[in-house]
Amino acid sequence: MKSSFSRLAPFFAFGLLALAPLFLGDFRLSLLGQFLALSIVALGIDLIWGYTGILSLGHAVYFGLGAYCTAMFLKLEAVKGAMPDFMDWNGLTALPSWWKPFGNGVFALSMSMILPALLAALLGYFTFKNRIKGVFFSILSQALAIITVTFFIGQQAYTGGTNGITDFSTAFGYPLGEKKVQVALFYLSLAALMAAFFGCKLLVSGKFGHILLAIRDGENRLRFTGYNPTSYKVFIYAFSAALAGLAGALYVPQIGIVSPSQMGIVPSIGMVLWVAIGGRGTLSGAILGAILVNGLQNLLSEKYPAVWQFFIGATFVIVVLFLPRGIMGLVADVQQKMKARKRVEVPQTRTVTA
Amino acid sequence: MMHLQTENLTVSFDGFKAVDDVKFAMGVGEVRFLIGPNGAGKTTLLDAICGRVRPTSGQVWFKDFQIQHQSEHEIASRGIGRKFQAPSIFGALTVRQNLEIAAKAPRGVWANVFGRSRADKEKLKTVVEQIGLSGQEEILAGNLAHGAKQWLEIGMLLMQEAELLLFDEPAAGMTDAETTQMGELLLELAKTKSILVVEHDMEFVRRYASKVTVMHAGKIISQGSMEEVSNDPLVAEVYLARQAERK
Repeated sequence: MKSSFSRLAPFFAFGLLALAPLFLGDFRLSLLGQFLALSIVALGIDLIWGYTGILSLGHAVYFGLGAYCTAMFLKLEAVKGAMPDFMDWNGLTALPSWWKPFGNGVFALSMSMILPALLAALLGYFTFKNRIKGVFFSILSQALAIITVTFFIGQQAYTGGTNGITDFSTAFGYPLGEKKVQVALFYLSLAALMAAFFGCKLLVSGKFGHILLAIRDGENRLRFTGYNPTSYKVFIYAFSAALAGLAGALYVPQIGIVSPSQMGIVPSIGMVLWVAIGGRGTLSGAILGAILVNGLQNLLSEKYPAVWQFFIGATFVIVVLFLPRGIMGLVADVQQKMKARKRVEVPQTRTVTA
Repeated sequence: MMHLQTENLTVSFDGFKAVDDVKFAMGVGEVRFLIGPNGAGKTTLLDAICGRVRPTSGQVWFKDFQIQHQSEHEIASRGIGRKFQAPSIFGALTVRQNLEIAAKAPRGVWANVFGRSRADKEKLKTVVEQIGLSGQEEILAGNLAHGAKQWLEIGMLLMQEAELLLFDEPAAGMTDAETTQMGELLLELAKTKSILVVEHDMEFVRRYASKVTVMHAGKIISQGSMEEVSNDPLVAEVYLARQAERK
């Protein structure tokens, strides 16, 4: 039986987040808005790793693709019909034709989710169909990250190279620097996160979620039960890539830049760590991990600019060694213990077998 | 009508023929036991039928369909259910959820996204009783005892409504009482399904087999009632004698 506490906790937490603009200054609010966007990636990673057992170490690629699609839109709006500066520097004389549709905001935002999903579906189809799994899949996903970063750096005239795309001014006519717009972006991120959270919840709480767990625990049994795990894996991988893309689209206008370094292996592993620390296999754990780790990173880097990375490293080690199921695992254990104590005090309650 | 048939079926692993040119057939409603010494190719034959290994050559027919080129899930959807030797169930799901996943229903992604289980409640109740897990529906399958896991896997095959069941040593690791229960269940199931059982427990075979097929070195060397097979000098030579020596 789920306690009413754990059922109401997400509503309480989201409610609290909705009140944040009343208490936080501009800088902190903008940071929290970014973390909310990043939490959406964590949800996607939790779906494929925590539930389906596929460890992707290249999810920053999908995040980055989503971010670039939106950045192209913001850049085109900033230059107002002219050519983006980096194209000029690299000798282009006209805007490439495939850049043009990204001047349309709706198109660019849709592409932020569609492109990552398509790429993931393509890659997923060939790997999962050939039954590449476990470590081999993880390595392959890292290769994807390297290839993508190299490609984006190499195609300087089209992608802005190492510097990426920056210098945005407005989105749909609203100046990004204004406080009101910042707050709006914060609420937009919060709304997207809530939609993603409850959408994922709906997905995993029914038979579909059971099938994902079945893939994780006994893919072969599932095959001999008449299911084709490949199509389920491709679907959930593409879905989680779309979530990562959405996160990227929300992140870019808040941080004001996208560059290839955000798509590499290191940020990819960082994203997986958020989920590991929050507690994989629980959606709220993924969000909690993303917000806590990012918050801690910012706090420590302000206070101890020289040594903060050691603190973060130590936290990772401690969690991996002592909290294999993350923070949510710890919460579950504590709840279990409290319940057990209650049962001793009130002996007439039904005992649970096994 | 023959329910299951193989023609010139050969499975070789790096040149070693685990199943060698096997011609095998069984009818509807038969309980067939497959016996033979270790390494005779019994389990590989089951694997080749259910798609777990690809036959090197030859054909497998299920009813009127050739299935040797189909993948595991297609063969399973046609109505062949496989019970493995080691219990294989979904540990993170409850007994009920395990059975619901197996229940006959559309298997595609789109049919199941946001879908609730449409498992027939009556059917689920009957199966739970049949496998002796009444009252344990909400327990995580991973927490069940070894024997109960075996029963749950069989329950999943029943929910799947497979017409042909392939069992790999169902009585292994079971108590005497459970073995008897298993035998009774096999006979009960045979009323509506065909069953092919790989088994080492000769006592079990003697009690429940209507027809026995003996394999040795990848080939079928004898076939008939337990009585006939026991009196076959070839069988005695390769198999029963060897067991007698051991005793």
